[in-house]
Amino acid sequence: MTILGDIFILIGSLFLFLGSLGIFRMPDVYNRLQAGTKATTMGAMSLILGVGFLNTGFLVKSIVIVLFIVLTNPISSSTIARASHKSGVPLVKKSVVDVCKDNVKKGEV
Amino acid sequence: MKKLKGFIIFLIVAALTWLLLTGTFSRDELLVGGISLVLIAVLFYGYSDLYRGIKITPKIILFYPLYLLVFLKELIKANIDVALRVIKPSLPINPGIVAIKTELKSPLSKLILANSITLTPGTLTVDVKDDTLFIHWIDVKGKDVESATKEISSRFEKILKEIVE
Amino acid sequence: MILTLSFVLIGLAVLFSLIRLFKGPTVFDRILAADTLAVITTALLVLMSLLFSRVIYMDVALVYVVLGFVGVVVVARYLEGGL
Repeated sequence: MTILGDIFILIGSLFLFLGSLGIFRMPDVYNRLQAGTKATTMGAMSLILGVGFLNTGFLVKSIVIVLFIVLTNPISSSTIARASHKSGVPLVKKSVVDVCKDNVKKGEV
Repeated sequence: MKKLKGFIIFLIVAALTWLLLTGTFSRDELLVGGISLVLIAVLFYGYSDLYRGIKITPKIILFYPLYLLVFLKELIKANIDVALRVIKPSLPINPGIVAIKTELKSPLSKLILANSITLTPGTLTVDVKDDTLFIHWIDVKGKDVESATKEISSRFEKILKEIVE
Repeated sequence: MILTLSFVLIGLAVLFSLIRLFKGPTVFDRILAADTLAVITTALLVLMSLLFSRVIYMDVALVYVVLGFVGVVVVARYLEGGL
């Protein structure tokens, strides 16, 4: 159980670090959201479950926190994406397609 | 009838949350929890029709764990995918926003679908309008609606149809 | 040993998010960085509860993650113009 908890904590902090690196390196806000959300959700989940394994008195509460993070993190990132798209933050030049914008131009949506 | 079902499911979810948060079965805690539960349910349930779409059939015993398993698999795949993209010095991305269609009707099922899409490899829900979801895709493989729908949401939709309307 | 390593990794994560928070060209980059920092802080609070063996830090982490979520959603909705 101790070894399992240690491994989970290590994986979690590694993914938190990779998520921040993604936020730092990616070229526009949508790609940053992609890297940020997935990696931090998984990182926090793994780390908090690892703490729960190391000290079993915390297990129930850590599961509550993990559930909450998994439920809310995608919502907040979707909200940020929607707000930035509505206020017209452009996609990076490399982007191949933007269906949303085409529709707006034609007056379909 | 449907409203009553949603109300009861709301009560059950809230009661489970309270039990997990307090972690005891002592009489005082249960009393305070019960009173605040009924108060919140009566005052605020009218604003939300989120829980009305949940199906209660024998099949859900099988499909909830199945959905959880598929979701966890996709989450781990997504993280390895994103980590590899971030580490590579060339930053291999090919992004764009595509539209997909969904057959799901109730708000809850659309919420679960949108959240699942956000946490799966290379996709992020930007907006939901009626039955169309706009997805930011980090590596666009098909620009038209049909191929994008097949690639992104079909694996969740098959299972979600059995759980919620 | 493991804890030291994970603290170093989390420290680097905080550093990169802070750089994005200060640099971020648009306001949305800043919100995103703040959201990430909130999740990282939650993880740190949970680690502190393990280090000090106090369950109260878990409650603090729970409240912190709730408040972070609500704050991010409110600010994003406000910028979108829907509030």
